[in-house]
Amino acid sequence: MVKLVDLYKSFGEQTVLNGINLEIPRGKLTFIMGRSGTGKSVLLKHIIGLLKPDRGQILIDGQDVTHLSEKEWQRLRRKFGFLFQEGALFDSMTVAENVAFPLIEHTKLSKKEIQRKVEEKLSQVGLLEARNKYPAELSGGMKKRAALARALALEPEIILFDEPTTGLDPMLQVATMKLIRKTQQQYGLTGVVVTHDVPIALMAADYIAFLNEGRVVAEGTPEEIKKSEHPFVREFLKSAFEGCYPEEGRDVQEKHGD
Amino acid sequence: MLNFLSYLGRVGLDFISQAGGMALLFLTTLVYTFRPPFRLRLFFKQMEFVGVNSLLVVVLTALFSGMVMAFQGYHALSKFGGESLLGGLVALSLVRELGPVLTSLMVTARAGSAMAAELGSMRVTEQIDALEVMAVNPVHYLVVPRFWAAVIMVPLLTIIADLVGIAGGYLVGVMLLNVDAGIFIRKMQEMVEWLDLSSGIYKAFVFGGLLSIIGCYKGYNASGGAEGVGRATTEAVVIASVSILVGDYILTSLLF
Repeated sequence: MVKLVDLYKSFGEQTVLNGINLEIPRGKLTFIMGRSGTGKSVLLKHIIGLLKPDRGQILIDGQDVTHLSEKEWQRLRRKFGFLFQEGALFDSMTVAENVAFPLIEHTKLSKKEIQRKVEEKLSQVGLLEARNKYPAELSGGMKKRAALARALALEPEIILFDEPTTGLDPMLQVATMKLIRKTQQQYGLTGVVVTHDVPIALMAADYIAFLNEGRVVAEGTPEEIKKSEHPFVREFLKSAFEGCYPEEGRDVQEKHGD
Repeated sequence: MLNFLSYLGRVGLDFISQAGGMALLFLTTLVYTFRPPFRLRLFFKQMEFVGVNSLLVVVLTALFSGMVMAFQGYHALSKFGGESLLGGLVALSLVRELGPVLTSLMVTARAGSAMAAELGSMRVTEQIDALEVMAVNPVHYLVVPRFWAAVIMVPLLTIIADLVGIAGGYLVGVMLLNVDAGIFIRKMQEMVEWLDLSSGIYKAFVFGGLLSIIGCYKGYNASGGAEGVGRATTEAVVIASVSILVGDYILTSLLF
């Protein structure tokens, strides 16, 4: 489905992707994990063409997309849904208008059909009540669910999630992840989730890839990851279950250095 | 010394890259203008925002400028007994110069700043990325309607400002300073030619384009959260205002 071959990307002096090789299986939920600021989101933005790699290839359904023109990308992107970290809802539009936006742009459906589809998607994420509210009136969890409904509107084949549970309370994290899992299975989507939340990943993932210093250091099913001997993975999992997430726990950072 | 030189170099490079960025945005906007879908609704919304909503401030500015000019002009003209020329003076300076420049500056302050702030906050909250991800070209969706709204509305506002300014001058000149109404109008008709009027309108077209492209460019390329949006807005207003005044000089010397 999506295959990354030897991907390199630097911003100025800072190398963010340092030879990424990863194959994302079709119809599965793949988690990309790693410390905050290690290029997980950058990797996600490469897959959808918002960023271009310095070197390497991105293959989508076997097609190398690294040198596609803007116009070809426009066509390809209709296969994709993307859930931004903060939702990125258009704040000049209501929730319903946000969800309707991709449908109005890319389909020839009538007003009635669009409205029906919007309501279907919104009830799927449990937001039908809030359809006439503006994003500023929503809580963080509701924003993410609204953004999910918008990302699902065009029924994409691949959906990318940038930190879908960050900033939510623990119960909402689990609820949001379950919702993502459910929709992914329902539509047989290929999902890619970027997160540093270990329990959530072990709960929901089909496949996990660990990123450190711009490389994939370990990959496998959750069971394989739990048994991994890689020192970074072990430390990461351990600190997660000490109730101390790596981005907040300085001691972990010091032990590992950079 | 070396520090100073490197500072100069940086400023120069920055200037060139920004000017280039704006020129590129301008060309992209022109190209996308002719690419469907045509977003008429957004275009009308922007025309309302740039034009209709700026009307009050433009009218007030023009009214008081015209009134002040009548006072000042009367003072200067009376030194050599030329009070009868007052109508021509007020109308000429408004139509050629003050109408387009003041209108554009007010629209910059109201709408140019809002363009930078709106696009800037869309940029930093990833809404522009969201457009791109949903396969909607952000320049097509955001910049094209704003650009054309400004290009069309600024000249229209300028015409209104000319009229209102002249009315203000008439009010002060005829009612307060007792210049003969017939002479005021007559001198105005004699002295203002079609070319004076049209050169003012040409300027307004250019200024409308300038202020919208600068506002959109600054917002589109904003970064760094709320602070970055604030910086983009300030820079948009400053750069657009200065560009309008410099552009005014260049256009005046070309159109004489």
